Amino acid sequence: MTTFKDRRPAGGKANTTGADTTGLKGADTKPAKSGPSRRGVLAGLGAAGALTAMPGFVRYSQAQSAEPIKIGFQVHRTGIGAAYGRWYDRTTMAATKLINDAGGINGRPVEIIAEDDGTDPKRGAEVVEKFATQHGCDIAFGTLFSHVVIGSAPRAGELKIPYFVVSEGHHVASGMLNRYTLQPGITDVKSQVIAMAPWVSDNLGKKVTMIFPDFAFGHNHRDFFTEAMAAQGGEVIEQIAIPPTESSFFKYFPKIPSETEVLYHVMVGPGVLTFVKEMGEFYGSNRPEIFGFIDSLEAVDITSPGLEFLDGTYLWEGNPRQAQADQSEHDKFYREAVGVDARGASVDDPKDVSTYAHMFGCWETLNIVKVGMEACGYSGTKDRGALIEAVEAMKDMPESRAHPQGAKVFNGKTHQVFGHQFISQVQGADLVKVHTTPIEAGYYEDEVDYTTQPL
Amino acid sequence: MSESTAVLSTPPAAPPTARILGLHLGVLAVLFALHFVLPDYHHISLSRIMVLACFAMGYNLAFGYSGLLSLGHAMFFAAGLYAAGLVAQFADIAAPGGFLIGVAAAALVALTLGAIALRTGGVSFMIVTLMFAQAVFLIIYYFGTYTRGDEGFVVPDAMRVLLGLDLADPTVRYMTALALFAACLMGSLALARSNLGRVLIAIRENEDRARMLGYDVYRYKLTALTLSAVMAGAAGAAYGLLFGYVGASFASIQYSIYPLLWVLMGGAGTVLGPFLGTVLMFYLVDLTSAATTAYLLVVGLVLIALILFFPKGILGTVRERYLPWLP
Repeated sequence: MTTFKDRRPAGGKANTTGADTTGLKGADTKPAKSGPSRRGVLAGLGAAGALTAMPGFVRYSQAQSAEPIKIGFQVHRTGIGAAYGRWYDRTTMAATKLINDAGGINGRPVEIIAEDDGTDPKRGAEVVEKFATQHGCDIAFGTLFSHVVIGSAPRAGELKIPYFVVSEGHHVASGMLNRYTLQPGITDVKSQVIAMAPWVSDNLGKKVTMIFPDFAFGHNHRDFFTEAMAAQGGEVIEQIAIPPTESSFFKYFPKIPSETEVLYHVMVGPGVLTFVKEMGEFYGSNRPEIFGFIDSLEAVDITSPGLEFLDGTYLWEGNPRQAQADQSEHDKFYREAVGVDARGASVDDPKDVSTYAHMFGCWETLNIVKVGMEACGYSGTKDRGALIEAVEAMKDMPESRAHPQGAKVFNGKTHQVFGHQFISQVQGADLVKVHTTPIEAGYYEDEVDYTTQPL
Repeated sequence: MSESTAVLSTPPAAPPTARILGLHLGVLAVLFALHFVLPDYHHISLSRIMVLACFAMGYNLAFGYSGLLSLGHAMFFAAGLYAAGLVAQFADIAAPGGFLIGVAAAALVALTLGAIALRTGGVSFMIVTLMFAQAVFLIIYYFGTYTRGDEGFVVPDAMRVLLGLDLADPTVRYMTALALFAACLMGSLALARSNLGRVLIAIRENEDRARMLGYDVYRYKLTALTLSAVMAGAAGAAYGLLFGYVGASFASIQYSIYPLLWVLMGGAGTVLGPFLGTVLMFYLVDLTSAATTAYLLVVGLVLIALILFFPKGILGTVRERYLPWLP
């Protein structure tokens, strides 16, 4: 459900400046005026030279003329997204190394310029501004948390810097953002949820009770899954929203109707271990079928004390954490390159569990950027618009080393990619894949056509 | 006439009005000039800093001048932010109207809160403001259908227009931020030098004595809190309209602590202190976060050093030691 309207005028936001908007400066250019411009004064006074000699300005001025393709990596190094950020960082660095080892992009090396956004939308917007105006980055990339994406995207659009997010939020395909924001490397939550409903309905039960966090992520699950289950002839018989400040969940379990056949949970955050433990204490051995999203347990060892109750339950996975019996050569290659062992943890530290269901999006996005830049002959920031158009023109992405999670189909109008989803069962200490959805299972009607907006 | 009587009857030295006006107008002139010479990133950043400094100046009115240590000012910022954003989203009310509605919303929240919270004082006031701010934060989540909860929403481009000017344009944004900043700065200066300001300072210094002298302390505090919220709400509304995003994180406890830190760093009870604190804190985070993930540790060490060497904040200590005329 969305209550938001696309208020952009037909064809998107009008270019009111009348100025060239093909590049960064054009994008942020002010209306023509007869008085002194900021640039003019800057040049006239020779201030640029003086300023670049000042501490803190030097490396940024040098960055303007550097040769590598500069990718601004907006990374959650601190804040609630830090665990994801750590693995997004490793995946990004591994993908970059491979791209550079293979000759870079258009013969130019790729340089990752990482800035911590603190998993905060205000800082996120500042970081995007920094990429565009200080570091001279060609694109911005890598954001996961939805509120940071939504807080940053308006600035990316205004600065006309391509903003490749790895968020899985529906905000891109919903039409809320702008033409400069794309999500070609990971499927969105609406697609994931829709793809799950047929399997849940056919294999676990028709009567579902949902337990979800009472904020936007949970609301997306609530709305999309309820609708998808109804389409399958099933029914969500109860929706239990857990306030974000809750630390104990006992009082919510009695609200679960006794006729519930499937319990659907998407709790996230530090309370998840308590949630599972208390759910186990509530049900004991007599429980309904349980289905959840691995988002709750990303970077968490499935054998952690308190998670025993999950044995036999099912989880959505964006990419199977553990190497499966039918592991592809591509996943094996990717896993080794990033430094992940067969159980989904760091090869250097078995306790350092990866965010495997999501981080492949960084790997695949960087490879898409490479293909897009090479397709349009990208030579500098003036070609940003061409890069957007090149990515919009993409469609089929076969499974390969560039797409180790599996084949995908990109929708250039909505800037959103679609792909396979996986359902795994917790079997003792293992996560065993039991189902792979077809790509088409995640399709839904287009909600926006970004290609009608001007670049 | 005895010596002591002679001392008491000596009028205090008149504040050097020209010097004070010159300093503050000079700051505004420098900010105007910086528009023409700053590199793009610092130009954008200064736009944001000026808006946030208005938030800090609002906080300073309550804390620095009136002694109201609030831990809930994020609710006023958020009231302005959400009011302006929601009317843009759902009622097609563009920037000027949205801004005024944002300011009015913040004032309304302050009057409501003040009517209750100002019956307390000291630690109790801190706790009550903290709880109200948390309530506002959860209300934003509760009405997630409209507010989009933690994700927030993008303010429609068509609504970000002021007098026909696109607020997303860097020059328009900078000048709008500067105009708001100038209004808050000169408003703070006028208040600090007015009878109202002196009464607020008197209440801050000794509330019982002010009450004994016949001042309606409750009314003065409510006035101060409302004026403070008006500035915070104006900053929130401007932030949403200038930068295009409205989100619940701006109502979190973090954004109640920020203005406190900015004011403490720059100098509580000084007119320019909040701006200085906001600038320094922004660049402290900006520069250190590029170098280390432990940047908050660096920020903490700087704050400790500040307390040791500038116990009244930078401008507060400068005033105490070197420039007693500084308002």
